[in-house]
Amino acid sequence: MATIKELSRKPDLLSGGHRLCAGCGASIAVRQVLLGANTPVVAGSATGCLEVSSTPYPFTAWKVPFIHNAFENSAATISGVEAAYQALKRKGKIDKDIKFVAFGGDGGTYDIGLQSLSGAMERGHNMVYVCYDNGAYMNTGIQRSGATPFGAATTTSPAGKVRAGKPQQRKDLTQIIAAHNIPYAAQASISHWKDLIKKAEKAFTVDGPAFINVLAPCPRGWRVGNDETIEIAKLAVQTGFWPLYEVEDGEWTLNFKPKELKPLVDFLKPQGRFRHLFKPGNEQVLEEFQFQINKNWEMLKKRCGVE
Amino acid sequence: MAKTAVKTRTVAMTGNAGCALAMKQINPDVVAAYPITPQTTIVEEFANYVANGQVDTEYVNVESEHSAMSACIGASAAGARVMTTTSSQGLALMWEELSIASAMRLPIVMHNVNRALSGPINIHCDHSDSMGARDMGWVQLFSENAQEAYDNTIIAMRVAEHEDVLLPVMILHDGFITSHAIDRFDILGDDEVKSFVGEYIPKRTLLDVDDPATFGPFAMPAFYYEQRKALRVALDGAKDVVIKVSKEYGELTGRMYGLFEEYKLDDAELGIIVLGSTAGTAKYVVDRMRVEGVKVGLLKPRLFRPFPSAEIADALSHLKAVAVMDRSDSIGALGGPVYVEVKAALYNSSKRPAVQGYVYGLGGRDTGPDQIETVINDIKKVAGGEEAPRETVTLIGVKE
Repeated sequence: MATIKELSRKPDLLSGGHRLCAGCGASIAVRQVLLGANTPVVAGSATGCLEVSSTPYPFTAWKVPFIHNAFENSAATISGVEAAYQALKRKGKIDKDIKFVAFGGDGGTYDIGLQSLSGAMERGHNMVYVCYDNGAYMNTGIQRSGATPFGAATTTSPAGKVRAGKPQQRKDLTQIIAAHNIPYAAQASISHWKDLIKKAEKAFTVDGPAFINVLAPCPRGWRVGNDETIEIAKLAVQTGFWPLYEVEDGEWTLNFKPKELKPLVDFLKPQGRFRHLFKPGNEQVLEEFQFQINKNWEMLKKRCGVE
Repeated sequence: MAKTAVKTRTVAMTGNAGCALAMKQINPDVVAAYPITPQTTIVEEFANYVANGQVDTEYVNVESEHSAMSACIGASAAGARVMTTTSSQGLALMWEELSIASAMRLPIVMHNVNRALSGPINIHCDHSDSMGARDMGWVQLFSENAQEAYDNTIIAMRVAEHEDVLLPVMILHDGFITSHAIDRFDILGDDEVKSFVGEYIPKRTLLDVDDPATFGPFAMPAFYYEQRKALRVALDGAKDVVIKVSKEYGELTGRMYGLFEEYKLDDAELGIIVLGSTAGTAKYVVDRMRVEGVKVGLLKPRLFRPFPSAEIADALSHLKAVAVMDRSDSIGALGGPVYVEVKAALYNSSKRPAVQGYVYGLGGRDTGPDQIETVINDIKKVAGGEEAPRETVTLIGVKE
């Protein structure tokens, strides 16, 4: 992998001037992923914050060819672009080595776009899919998704007198995609940039489909300060809420192995979306949440062969 | 028989096999498709061409029709020549993508094998699927039989990719009636098709990494409207290109196609308008009633979008009464979509016939000569001076 000095000399492929919020994790995720590409890239995005804020006609923040089609089909769209590339390359109409990447938020990936993603992974296109997971439909104003954590308050899973935020656990998308037996699937966080860029580099290099699920906090939805994005992402990793791991040709590797996980409340407490969990009467919810994290962590360690 | 510039070969095959053959002869860069009755035999036939190395196509077996059109959009934006095929619920599932394909000005060619929309679920022919997609910015070409479905496929590719059009084209033929019945028709050689469709040279593509462009940006009220206007202008302009390309094709094959077909309409007093396979039955009825001295003729629309309003109004101006038969119902409207279009097209003409609307054959209900004869006898009364009812749509062949 390139050194930070070398990376600093690489051109920024998503320019400044886009309309994403200050402190938005999505643009950081995109820039880090694109730093992992060592050949020209064609990118696509599902409808969402990233797409809306980066392409307000007649402007674009993308310095690479970019396509937005609709919400649920970023994977299918890029799979079509890749198919065209294969056909035109075979006919000798194009000779460049080009890589393809589709971005989607958690709504466009875990929920409405899951079928499209699963199909593209199963068909074996030579493409990378990157989910920037901020745990809710942030573009439309913080509605719960299949990626919203247990207990989090959103505008469609609010905390009330009889409900303590979202009653269900989040879906484990990374493992679902790993179960497609693709050459590369990984989970990463923008707080661990070196790990993420390395994973992006691997994803772009493998022959066949690759998937990276990137934790990309949303200060608006998580109710944290604009300057706390990286810090809160780091706590997600350190508490085991968001383990960093990769699955290479079926080999599971845990990339971040702390001696001991920090207590989950260290991640939850700074966030307004979990504020209600710290009110008297919700102790059990916090306990349940910690229990889930511990259980998932132990299962993951087992899969990764870590004692 | 008109003189043809090339040798044609006569074959006997189903309409779907003819469409798959035309696709093979076009040899598109990408086909992304999903099977659905009654289209399935097209994707199967094409899969055989792929399996036997008879095409260079990247064949993407997607997991749904939504992904089929999504992948077609991506592939077309990448500069590939792209085709697909569907029916009914598949077209309905694509609905969101249809208007994105046209707005992005992508020359995708698609067969839609006409099948009734659910519900109740039904696999047989009517035009509710195609008509449901009529405002999506696609060129729509209807075919009466296997010959026309084959010819329209080749013509459609040229129309779609014409620099004045750059729009997706939908070719329609009737489920089971045309798709599965073995028909006798003439085909061109592979080389003739190849040279007729030529090479597709896109102006701007996603694969141009040296001059990156953004496709599908977000347009606020300050920009959206103008883009929709540009789409209307392009679709309206497709009419002239359809005429031009069809003429060129006619010179090659001897089979001349216009915006619509007129059958014994010149000296007629009564007219019947019907599209798709039922036009064949209608011609038989016209012949039969002509023998009895009834001056009736047929107008069979071929190009439904853009709708050639002025041309149709002119072609009907000398008639006393016209019956428009729709194989789909625009529920809650005055009548079926063809009827509403025709009636609207005539309104501003000073010389215009009385117009009656009929819905027929929904969900594959058989439509025989007797039903068409009943319709003609019905408008004969109006032509004879009887006042036309204001609620003019009649559902024929339905059990009371």
